[in-house]
Amino acid sequence: MIGFTLEKRLETSTKTNLLVLAGSLLVALSAGALLLLAVGASPLEAYGAMLKGAFGGRLEIVETLVRATPLILTGLSVAVAFRMLFWNIGAEGQLVAGGIAASAVALFLPGAAPWVPQNAWVYLPLMGTAAIAAGAVWGLVPALLKSSLGVNEIITTLMFNYVAILLYQHLFNGPWKDPEGFGFPGSAEFGEFAFLPRFTGRLHLGLVIGLVAAVLVWIVFTKTKWGYEIALIGENETAARYAGVSVFRNIVLVMILSAGLAGLTGFSEVAGVSHRLQQGLAVNNGFTGIIVAWLAKLHPLRVVVVAVLLAGLLVGGDQIQITLGLPAAIGQVLQGAILLSVLGGDIFSRYRLRMIRTTAKEA
Amino acid sequence: MDLVTSILSIAVFAGTSLVFATVGEIIAERAGILNLGLEGMMIMGAVTAFATAYATDNAYLGVLVAMIVGGLMALIHAIATISLRADQVVAGLALTIGGTGLASFLGQELGPGGGPLVGLIGPKFVEVPIPGMSSIPVIGEILFNKDQLVYAMYLIVPLVWWFLYKTRPGLHLRAVGENPQATDALGVNVFRLRYLYTVIGGMFAGLGGAHLSLAYTPGWTENLTGGRGWIAIALVIFATWNPARAVVGALLFGGVNAIQFRLQAEGTTISANLLNMTPYLLTVIVLVAVTYFEAFRKKVGAPAALGIPYNREERV
Repeated sequence: MIGFTLEKRLETSTKTNLLVLAGSLLVALSAGALLLLAVGASPLEAYGAMLKGAFGGRLEIVETLVRATPLILTGLSVAVAFRMLFWNIGAEGQLVAGGIAASAVALFLPGAAPWVPQNAWVYLPLMGTAAIAAGAVWGLVPALLKSSLGVNEIITTLMFNYVAILLYQHLFNGPWKDPEGFGFPGSAEFGEFAFLPRFTGRLHLGLVIGLVAAVLVWIVFTKTKWGYEIALIGENETAARYAGVSVFRNIVLVMILSAGLAGLTGFSEVAGVSHRLQQGLAVNNGFTGIIVAWLAKLHPLRVVVVAVLLAGLLVGGDQIQITLGLPAAIGQVLQGAILLSVLGGDIFSRYRLRMIRTTAKEA
Repeated sequence: MDLVTSILSIAVFAGTSLVFATVGEIIAERAGILNLGLEGMMIMGAVTAFATAYATDNAYLGVLVAMIVGGLMALIHAIATISLRADQVVAGLALTIGGTGLASFLGQELGPGGGPLVGLIGPKFVEVPIPGMSSIPVIGEILFNKDQLVYAMYLIVPLVWWFLYKTRPGLHLRAVGENPQATDALGVNVFRLRYLYTVIGGMFAGLGGAHLSLAYTPGWTENLTGGRGWIAIALVIFATWNPARAVVGALLFGGVNAIQFRLQAEGTTISANLLNMTPYLLTVIVLVAVTYFEAFRKKVGAPAALGIPYNREERV
């Protein structure tokens, strides 16, 4: 009889890692190809159109970077929390809370405090701070419930997503709806002092905020004692406690950083792209951030690269909806497939598959 | 029909999909596998059930396909987490993200002539009053004037409870989730059982999705499940991994849905968006209460080996 056994690798070479990654991507893309074939589309044509739609020219690359901007920030948000195995699935809601807070400042501060100078140097920092604070508050409730009572954070962060999204829909459909908006749901447009500066097309300063945040998180992870404590709790909570690390304090601090980053994403989206509170803020950036963070192996600088690639999948998906009439959801399907196959493939980086011959049937 | 009867009657109806999903997750978690792909499996069950029922004009075939699809998705989770030892939390999330995307994709492709399913009216399960029992005052209306899937739930829950607590295979199922090393030593195939019960759990999730698209809110819309898969995961904790208690939790949530309906029907001034927050806030409140009281009794009742991959070569 021939069977297979897994043998632990003593060390994993870069070559092995790359081969495993390539194999995993191939599995995911093949699964997507089968789906495309099943609905009567040509996988090669579809993938080609996606690639072209996402990276085929200057305009396409600009659009992909616009899409990547929120993913960099949510990817970092998730990476910070997952680093200590705190399962923050709530980046989506924290992002929306941040978007609501930033919009509140832009919409109502000019009326409430006319003495505040209406220029970008004053307003953008105020909006950003409000967004970080709102995101952090949204994340702190689950963090405190977890650290004080041990309440499962996966469920609480997730339920808070729904609450935030419903609140946001309530606001732009109801009390914050623009009376001069001809009945369209959405708030009034912000004053120009609340717009993030744009470089080209819709590409805005949020991308730079994301890049700076990536470097800062990288510094926290690799150069500070706090970063070491976070990683230690993630590796072995008991050992961390024995070493005198306060788990309670770290859960709270990590969630302020993680949820604050997600809140900042909401600011970047409303001030950079929509310039008002309207439909399109809760488009799964928080969930995609989970995929980004995990594929980047929670490494802050890799988050940037993965975010751009996954944004390409989403923009490519939108493109084939327009050009080939295929559902844009193919982008999301591929993301899930890639994450699953990379997760499953990881074992082949850690173990070697060996064929063995056995004489008798085992177990 | 008075107000209380009407609310309880809707509660049973609204809670059915939650019961199926929760019981399925209890089975998988009892075997040691945490499957956070519940939401993805439910929504895939819902879309494939409706598409099949519409194409074949047979709602039963829709249920069958939904269960197969749920089982196949759970099989992916099983391969990733049991054989390939992937992280169960992240693999489950991937299943939900991918499943939600795939359901949205299929919803635009599985309609007549490769068109969308949204807005179509297809076969559905309707109330089949049980002769005699349905005319019992109050109880008849609440329990015995329902569709076939609700009746299936009445049979399945006691059956699963009996299987878990009163049979030898049920004992093995629980043992695999509590102490796989010892169970393995007894000659029970840990891997095979974990595969089996993860897949069965997925079939239940698919069944829950089918009840949504074929009975509760017949038809297909994006986001049809609206987080019910996640609420079911919270209900597993609420139920302390006991299928009988899962029914209580699911009825509570069904009841909240029912009260929401009533308020909207009576023309309340509260915005629908704010009203819709209640089940999610209730989930958090219930979870906090359960965690608090269980911690007080120093036992939460989670299977000891939940979420831990089993590896014969690494003894704990």
